[in-house]
Amino acid sequence: MTQISVRVDGVNYTDDVEPRTLLVHYLREQLGKVGTVVGCDTSNCGACTVHLDGEAVKSCSVLAVQADGRAVTTIEGIAQDDGSLHPMQKAFHEQHGLQCGFCTPGMIMAAIDLVHDNPDPSEHEVREGIEGNLCRCTGYQNIVRAVQAAAADMRGAAHATATEPAGAPA
Amino acid sequence: MIPAPFDYARPTTVAEVLQAVASGGEDVKILAGGQSLIPVMRLRLAAPETVVDLGGVAELRGVREEEDAIVIGAMTTHSDVLSDPLIAANAPLIAEATATVADRQVRHLGTFGGALAHADPAGDLPAVALALDAEFVLVGPGGRRTVAAGDFFVDYLTTALQEGELLVEVRIPTLAGRWGMHYEKFNRVAQAWSIVAVAAAVRTENGHIAEARIGLTNMGPTPLRAAAVEAALAGVDATDEAIASAAAHAAEGTSPSSDLNAQADYRRHLAQVLTRRAVRAAAGL
Ligand SMILES: Cc1cc2nc3c(=O)[nH]c(=O)nc-3n(C[C@H](O)[C@H](O)[C@H](O)COP(=O)(O)OP(=O)(O)OC[C@H]3O[C@@H](n4cnc5c(N)ncnc54)[C@H](O)[C@@H]3O)c2cc1C
Ligand code: FES
Ligand code: FES
Repeated sequence: MTQISVRVDGVNYTDDVEPRTLLVHYLREQLGKVGTVVGCDTSNCGACTVHLDGEAVKSCSVLAVQADGRAVTTIEGIAQDDGSLHPMQKAFHEQHGLQCGFCTPGMIMAAIDLVHDNPDPSEHEVREGIEGNLCRCTGYQNIVRAVQAAAADMRGAAHATATEPAGAPA
Repeated sequence: MIPAPFDYARPTTVAEVLQAVASGGEDVKILAGGQSLIPVMRLRLAAPETVVDLGGVAELRGVREEEDAIVIGAMTTHSDVLSDPLIAANAPLIAEATATVADRQVRHLGTFGGALAHADPAGDLPAVALALDAEFVLVGPGGRRTVAAGDFFVDYLTTALQEGELLVEVRIPTLAGRWGMHYEKFNRVAQAWSIVAVAAAVRTENGHIAEARIGLTNMGPTPLRAAAVEAALAGVDATDEAIASAAAHAAEGTSPSSDLNAQADYRRHLAQVLTRRAVRAAAGL
């Protein structure tokens, strides 16, 4: 057993894990964070995507020990404290960016990471940006729409906090 | 499947890594980004006794400039490479090829050194390193040595790395003159490995090609230089016709495999077409 200290969705945990424990299994089985799902288990589908120190990674292909001393954000950690959805979650809901919903946690985490790097992605850039995430239901069309809508929303929010005094016209 | 049990070491210096490897028993594996190794361990195609994680060794990560080269630390991630100004200025070919590797999640963890040490024939960076005459700096129990790219790739998934040896950095010699570069990759679906790809670096002088270096991905068990194309390009005018006739030699001396993605003869055809495209773009046509 190896001891790790990890911050997950804003809470610090110190746990003993077997070195071979994968991060996704630590999150789901030891912490009960079952919002992060396993699709392919072989680093292809992206369903298990979480953020490690703010960057999207596939948690089925990371050892829990590699997350020692680092911060993990899962789909369960992105809504506001009052329960209101993250702009990316809201956009997936409003634009019908999901059908069965299995790919959705990973899609949303990959898309947030993309928008952090590229706040105004073109349709092509969204498709390239989520190339590591497979969806077997939607045909991607509404996912791309949702990511672009969320990007616009997130630009607006960043703009409002960064440059506008409260209440000023946009 | 989850990996078979193993002992885990997380050293923080190169000296500690060598120590951990030496004392790790019969079967020790070095873990870089884990994007090739962890899937292989999950499939139980590898079941090492000890895993030595390089993730805590800060001295292995980053890019610096020396007098005659830029030096890329083995643990520099693919996404570090994509945002690095020294690479953008001196070796844009590396960034262009890295942008085609896998997807953003894999690029956040996968490393430059790991991709080269893994030496997958379909991997994109080996042919690039070969085209740029990169030098591989290895450290082991016997000390430090430098191996030319042409000697580093030995066979399918096999490099010059000896038991207990570590790739610490890769030197990309600075190029003099006016060089253009391009990586031309052919695959069918997003996030896929190269069926064939071509890395081209071309030096032009007054409208003619003074020198060309061409690396081929997935045209044999190791990356290859298209020597016949390089010879045919030296000194010719940078025209479509001259480039097309030189590129017709691209499959000479190669031994591509046949697999689910392509037959060998199709790969030979692709090598010629992609070489023409890569050289045209590198020469600025
Ligand atoms: C879905 C997916 C798609 C991919 N697509 C592509 C692609 O299109 N093109 C491409 O080129 N690659 C692709 N890759 C592979 C990717 O580039 C990996 O990052 C790379 O092959 C291995 O890098 P790593 O740092 O993860 O190494 P690891 O997986 O940690 O290690 C790989 C091997 O190299 C050894 N090793 C690593 N570092 C060192 C070192 N410093 N010294 C000595 N030995 C070392 C390890 O022991 C191991 O045997 C893909 C991977 C995935 C999961
Ligand atoms: S479950 Fe991790 S990539 Fe599919
Ligand atoms: S909504 Fe079903 S897999 Fe994407």
